[in-house]
Amino acid sequence: MDFWILQAFNGLTFAALLFLLGGGLTLIFGVMRVVNIAQGTFYLVGGYIGYTVISHSGNFYLGLVASCAVICLLGIAMETFLLRDLVNDDLRMMLITMGVALFFQDLCLVVWGGNPLSIEVPKYLAGTIRIGRINFSTLRTFMLGAAALLYLALWLFEKKTRVGAMVRAAVDNAEIADGLGINVVLVRMGVFGLGALLAGFGGVFGCAFMAIYPGLDFELLPYAFVVVILGGLGSLPGALCGAIIVGLADNFSKALIPELSYFSVFAPMAIVLAWRPTGLMGKS
Amino acid sequence: MNDRANNRRWALLGMGIALLVLIFLPPLLPPYVTVLLTQGLIYGIAAMSLDILIGYTGLAALGHAAFFAIGSYTAAILITRYHLGFGTGLISSVGIAAVAAAALGPLSLRATRIYFLMITLSIAMCLWGLIYRWSSFTGGDNGISGIHRPDLGLPLSMSEDRFFYYFILAVFIVITMLIIRLIHSPFGKTLVGIRDSESRMRVLGFNTWLHKYMAYIIAGALAGFAGNLYAYYNGFVNADIANLPGCMKLVLMVSLGGKGTLLGPAIGAVIITFLENMVSVYTDRWLMVLGIVYIVTARVMPGGIMAILKQLGRSTKTL
Repeated sequence: MDFWILQAFNGLTFAALLFLLGGGLTLIFGVMRVVNIAQGTFYLVGGYIGYTVISHSGNFYLGLVASCAVICLLGIAMETFLLRDLVNDDLRMMLITMGVALFFQDLCLVVWGGNPLSIEVPKYLAGTIRIGRINFSTLRTFMLGAAALLYLALWLFEKKTRVGAMVRAAVDNAEIADGLGINVVLVRMGVFGLGALLAGFGGVFGCAFMAIYPGLDFELLPYAFVVVILGGLGSLPGALCGAIIVGLADNFSKALIPELSYFSVFAPMAIVLAWRPTGLMGKS
Repeated sequence: MNDRANNRRWALLGMGIALLVLIFLPPLLPPYVTVLLTQGLIYGIAAMSLDILIGYTGLAALGHAAFFAIGSYTAAILITRYHLGFGTGLISSVGIAAVAAAALGPLSLRATRIYFLMITLSIAMCLWGLIYRWSSFTGGDNGISGIHRPDLGLPLSMSEDRFFYYFILAVFIVITMLIIRLIHSPFGKTLVGIRDSESRMRVLGFNTWLHKYMAYIIAGALAGFAGNLYAYYNGFVNADIANLPGCMKLVLMVSLGGKGTLLGPAIGAVIITFLENMVSVYTDRWLMVLGIVYIVTARVMPGGIMAILKQLGRSTKTL
């Protein structure tokens, strides 16, 4: 029993990480209609920046803020200079995001080297919490909580605020939103920045509990893709569901049948697609 | 009409010159150029097969490299473990790639546009994961090595790079002819019709799903064919051909050459192959250069090299 609880817990923390990655992907997809291959890169670069700031200042939260800020700006710059005028041309936008991903992956290799790096977390996060007979990692619990709060905040922002309504309008029909006086260009820029920021946030946590290295970006990306395809592109609750399914499926299969671990992620996607081509919560 | 005949003449002239260059120039150049050209032509076949989907059917199949990888691994496993000959290996590669495409097609084709694009890519990456992890069968990270050049029963040894080049060139020409025939057949015209407006074709009574499905299988089989040749060319296969950069590389070749031009993607394949090997000689930062090539291709050359050539042709005519 303990085994199952612990594995489920680990699966859920991986799901939290996947949500940060896939949630950003789905937000960006919603407004830009582009599948951002550079999402894994945002995660990677975010983790590295977090690593550098934390190892120099010794402050975990400073690293988190710095990483989020830099990655957000990076996302905004990418949207402004490379993607903005190509909206509606899926293939060209994807090629560009691929180019950006390769460029920064190589840049990371130059700046931070090829060895896996890991962040040292504050002492109160490094230990474990004991519940019953099981020790839960404090860091993982903290991340789970942080991701849950972030989801709640994003959900409230999207559903309950004026700006959130503008975003929803831009997602549903950019032309009409534009005609109603919503600054769609600004909305796209902002949401792209926000999506990137989520990945940067995830990168710092990821760097703390599973180390980062160049190439990790492309290793995690398939997971993020499956998460958003499962949940439905553009849907935040969908990304959450997708992340939980993929996180649990991956963790249990790694524990039980390691050779098929990638496949166990693929299988739920195939089943869902056979049933609903636009994902669990996607709109056709 | 006159313009079209003119275009045709230009295209034939260009193809004729290219063919002469490919036949007579390599003996005059350093040997490694022949080797790179061999690789370029093999990737050219794969890129053309992808162009059937992207350029002519309007299906952005980003994960097409999966079928290339299936062809390669089929060849590698059959040759190194079961010592099968060239013919049986080739038929198995093409057959298994076609069967895989036939099995995955219904899943991929349930989705349209951006969903299709992501699903095909995810399928390829899952295949990559399987190859990578299932090391008892696929060699995992180490890949499979020790694939010897085929014995074709000719007096010319294929281990000689020069002869192997001419063999691949001959195969390339035959395959190109076949694909051109396909594109100009009623079936090919229907694919173009689907690309331009699927709903119109459906109203006209075409079974558009079946056409797309057939195109998917044909393209998959051709990619498997190219993958088989690649295994012989390289003597070694590993999972990298099916990973994300491997998949996107094929798409880049198509875009760089010009989608929907067939020969453009082949040119794109040769260019990328040369760039990859030449740049790597001078700097370790090949990936950075490649990243810039992606961005420049997408931003500056929406129609690819063929569009630029066409424009040049037009401007010389007005002079």
